[in-house]
Amino acid sequence: MMRAFFALIARDLRLAARIGGGGGMAVFFFLTVVAVVPLGIGPDLNLLARIAPGMLWVALLLSSLLTLDRLFQADYEDGSLDLLAMGRVPLELVVAAKAVGHFLTTGLPLVVAAPLLGLMLNLDVAAFPALMLAMLAGAPALSFLGVIGAGLTVGIRRGGLLASLLVLPFYIPVLIFGVSAARAALAGFPQGVAAQSLALLAAVTLASLVLGPVAAAAALRATLR
Amino acid sequence: MTTSELRLSASKLACARGGRLVFEDLSFDLGAGEALVLTGPNGSGKSSLLRQIAGLLDIAAGALTLEGGDSDLTLAEQTHYLGHLDALKPAMTVTETLDFWAAWFGAPDASPDIPAALDGMGLAPLADLPVAYLSAGQKRRLALARLLAAPRPVWLLDEPTVALDAASIAQLGLAMRSHLAAGGLIVAATHLDLGLADARTLRLVLELVT
Repeated sequence: MMRAFFALIARDLRLAARIGGGGGMAVFFFLTVVAVVPLGIGPDLNLLARIAPGMLWVALLLSSLLTLDRLFQADYEDGSLDLLAMGRVPLELVVAAKAVGHFLTTGLPLVVAAPLLGLMLNLDVAAFPALMLAMLAGAPALSFLGVIGAGLTVGIRRGGLLASLLVLPFYIPVLIFGVSAARAALAGFPQGVAAQSLALLAAVTLASLVLGPVAAAAALRATLR
Repeated sequence: MTTSELRLSASKLACARGGRLVFEDLSFDLGAGEALVLTGPNGSGKSSLLRQIAGLLDIAAGALTLEGGDSDLTLAEQTHYLGHLDALKPAMTVTETLDFWAAWFGAPDASPDIPAALDGMGLAPLADLPVAYLSAGQKRRLALARLLAAPRPVWLLDEPTVALDAASIAQLGLAMRSHLAAGGLIVAATHLDLGLADARTLRLVLELVT
């Protein structure tokens, strides 16, 4: 069963690398959003440094949403989803494998690109480790919560906007704790706020690892039958 | 795990789609090495019946059972389903596609024979070509090769001959006959003769519910 699970992840990574619809697109969208911000609000370096953690997190959220809607839809449209439902791997683990693939092709590249974009926003280098750690702890939750919206809208053409609307409320805790971890690092770690935020962020991720696949699998079953 | 006394039975099966009754009171009993050929007009429920057996459509009433298979697995987990869609990714090559589906459908300890499966559907010369460059008939053959790459006792074929040329239909007939000879079951919806003349074949004609 694990062999089939890893074969599905490997297939999704291969497809993302060849089609370029996954990781590359999300990173370039991330880059565009962050590059436009200084042009929009002007070259005030202090202001940029202050809003940088928030901007990076918002850009991460949007990039993640951008790539969500095709997660199951491509497999649904070409009939692959029917066959994925007939394997020995339970549908919950099918969803988990797709979410892992989504994290590896969008979340992880964005976390790696974050420091570079932080420099563009004049973010203090001292805050980089905390920001990256927070993104690494929070980005899996973006994929594992996102599958719920992707699963619910799989049968709907152009369901991307609806998926975003459904998923965004679930993303808010990730955003709040993610930004507060980075801000605390900027302020010189007052009273362990960064550690608290990271712990809460990790808790959201762990809960989403369990709840996301179960909820999304139920949504997919309802669509398939 | 034994496939010698494999038996697929449906009793008083009913199917409803969108609140409309498609068929009801449908019963059949299919033993190892037997094929069931479904015919009937468009909309009479051939595809719906196949999806019910594949576990992809809810059963409105009645029961479907598979006896004599692997008791640890559900009916759907012992079944190959070939629908109208070929479930292929244009960006993957022919061999990669088969590798993936063999890993997905195969038993955990199986070592799939991909070259033999390719050969069985006449795809050996195309092994390294991306699926995007295949013709409709070649894609259909690749979808069929999936059934050869990972052995499962029950085959559900929904108009398997669509887009196939005469030589490929003959290859498909050969594959189906050897699947039956090995004790497998086939349920096929078709409008054409599948070349199963010497196999034990049951026929079920579905009619439109008015």
